Amino acid sequence: MGNIFKLAARNLFRYKRRTMLTSMLITLGVVAVLLFISISGSFKSLMIGQITDSMLGHIQIHKKGYLASVDSLPLNRNLTGKQIDKVVQVLGEENAVEAYSMRIRLGAMFSNFTETTNIRLNAVTPTDEMKTAPLLTERILEGEQDGLLKPGELLIPELIAKGMKVKVGDGIVLVANNKDGSVNGQNFMVRGILEGISGPGGRDGMVHIDDAKALLRIGAAEVSEIAIRLKDIDQLQGVYASLQQNLGGMQNQQGQPVFEVHTWEAISPFFNIAKMIDLMTFFIKIMLVAIVLVSIMNVMIMAVYERINEIGTISAIGTLPSKILGLFVVEGFLMGVLGTAVGTIISLVSIAVMNATQISFDFGRQTGLLLSPTIGANDVILVVVIVIAIAVIASLQPAWKASKMDPITALKHV
Amino acid sequence: MSVIVAKQLTKTYVTGDIKVEAIRGVDFSIEPASFVSFIGPSGSGKSTLLNMIGCLDPPTAGLLEVVGQEITNLNRQDAARFRGEHIGFVFQDFNLIPVLTVFENVEYPLQMVQSWPKEKRRERVQEMLEAVGMGDQGNKYPSQISGGQKQRVAVARALVTNAKLVLADEPTANLDRETATMVIDLMKKMRDEYQTTFVFSTHDPRIVDNVEITFELEDGTLHRHETSAGGGHG
Repeated sequence: MGNIFKLAARNLFRYKRRTMLTSMLITLGVVAVLLFISISGSFKSLMIGQITDSMLGHIQIHKKGYLASVDSLPLNRNLTGKQIDKVVQVLGEENAVEAYSMRIRLGAMFSNFTETTNIRLNAVTPTDEMKTAPLLTERILEGEQDGLLKPGELLIPELIAKGMKVKVGDGIVLVANNKDGSVNGQNFMVRGILEGISGPGGRDGMVHIDDAKALLRIGAAEVSEIAIRLKDIDQLQGVYASLQQNLGGMQNQQGQPVFEVHTWEAISPFFNIAKMIDLMTFFIKIMLVAIVLVSIMNVMIMAVYERINEIGTISAIGTLPSKILGLFVVEGFLMGVLGTAVGTIISLVSIAVMNATQISFDFGRQTGLLLSPTIGANDVILVVVIVIAIAVIASLQPAWKASKMDPITALKHV
Repeated sequence: MSVIVAKQLTKTYVTGDIKVEAIRGVDFSIEPASFVSFIGPSGSGKSTLLNMIGCLDPPTAGLLEVVGQEITNLNRQDAARFRGEHIGFVFQDFNLIPVLTVFENVEYPLQMVQSWPKEKRRERVQEMLEAVGMGDQGNKYPSQISGGQKQRVAVARALVTNAKLVLADEPTANLDRETATMVIDLMKKMRDEYQTTFVFSTHDPRIVDNVEITFELEDGTLHRHETSAGGGHG
């Protein structure tokens, strides 16, 4: 086998320029794919990280039907104490769960004593919320980040702060309808201004859960949603399936499901963008396959045509057809390996350079997002395997033709 | 035992409705360590006959035995194996592999066809290169040596596997007079040394003058002429 590799390598070296051009084409394709995967992957991870770590969590559990009517933030679809206990018990058995946060979501009237507007609020237990959404405090543009908030304090979205000309330390009033339709009001101090981000809940304010209960006159344990953070987002589907099995199937006395479990993918519209990125990656891989297929096949057809007489000679002196086939397939393989090796090295160096130069970009209303492209070994291996496999496949037809060549005809070829 | 035995050997080419009988039921045999030539005008069928003996082209009818094995019905794979094991080829255009050195060209059949162990192979290649007077040229590429040297290398390649039979198609056609004579002398020396049968297809009178038996082909039929020239082999 080593002899076939030696001979194949020498034949490639015989046509240096052609081998170099074809390998460069493959290199270019590999670089394009690996860089696209790393940059788009970085963008995707960044956005997913932003969405899950500063707002949604990885998984959310609600009472059945809550999400369908989430626009009206219905208080009558909150989870009850018994239901919360059940969820807590199930989550306690899940090793992959790092933290969870109970939230009451509510709508209220926000008044700075001169103007009034609507505000959507998340009522949380600060310690739990900070564990579940660790990047949340980084969204606090003005005001103290430590501890998130205390009872009597309020974080307001930056749009309301600007629109209502409210500053940190100002006193405001929240007025909310409770479940029975009665109205209650309470004074708060603005503790901080919260940066708005893309996606559901990205422009909501935040209060302490005890304040929300008082405002809404909720006596018993009651929450709108339970947001869950996993130790590793790669375990998302496994934990989701487990929770679905343990909670999704539970029914009330009327035979209706009690809970609904959703991953962040079902809640955030960014998931569709992420899917688009995956689709684009797929099509770029298809283009790479086409580049490799066409370029290698073209070169190998030429190689066979130019060496017909040589094929006749080695065939006449007893080289088996399978070895002739192997010889040309190995040439294609080596060209694939060369192009891929150079392409992978260039890609990895480029990724390192991009990380070192700290490239930033804007997305929607978010500015200065830092691009930190990374690429997993799996992606690199997949691209390498695809390119080399296609190089071999592309060589097969010309190699087959060479191995089937009649030695007499081949020897007569000038 | 004869190296080659042909009985009623026939080769017919069919193109559409046209049938051409290139070889018409010829009988002949060739003894071991002979120096034999097939001569005849262009189109007389000498290359066809050589191709059949060389297991490159199957006969249409008749029997053909080479080194004691009937080769009439060998499939492609077995024919290649048979050639690699028993037959050496010397071509008009030398047909050395340009990307291999002289040494590697001679080594090729032992390495790629017969899979000899490395040490044994190297020893044998060097021995053959010495025998053809190219012992010190092993590292050169075919493009770096003359036509006569190329043909010497080709002879070494043909003999390196201990082939019982070497088929040479116009081996001197591309060589000048002096070089051609040297190559013919070399082949005779090799015949004497290794007891190999050399069969030529040629127009070259210098070869014809040196062989012991000449088969003259005319319109696919064969006439045998024995000469005293070139005798004295072991």
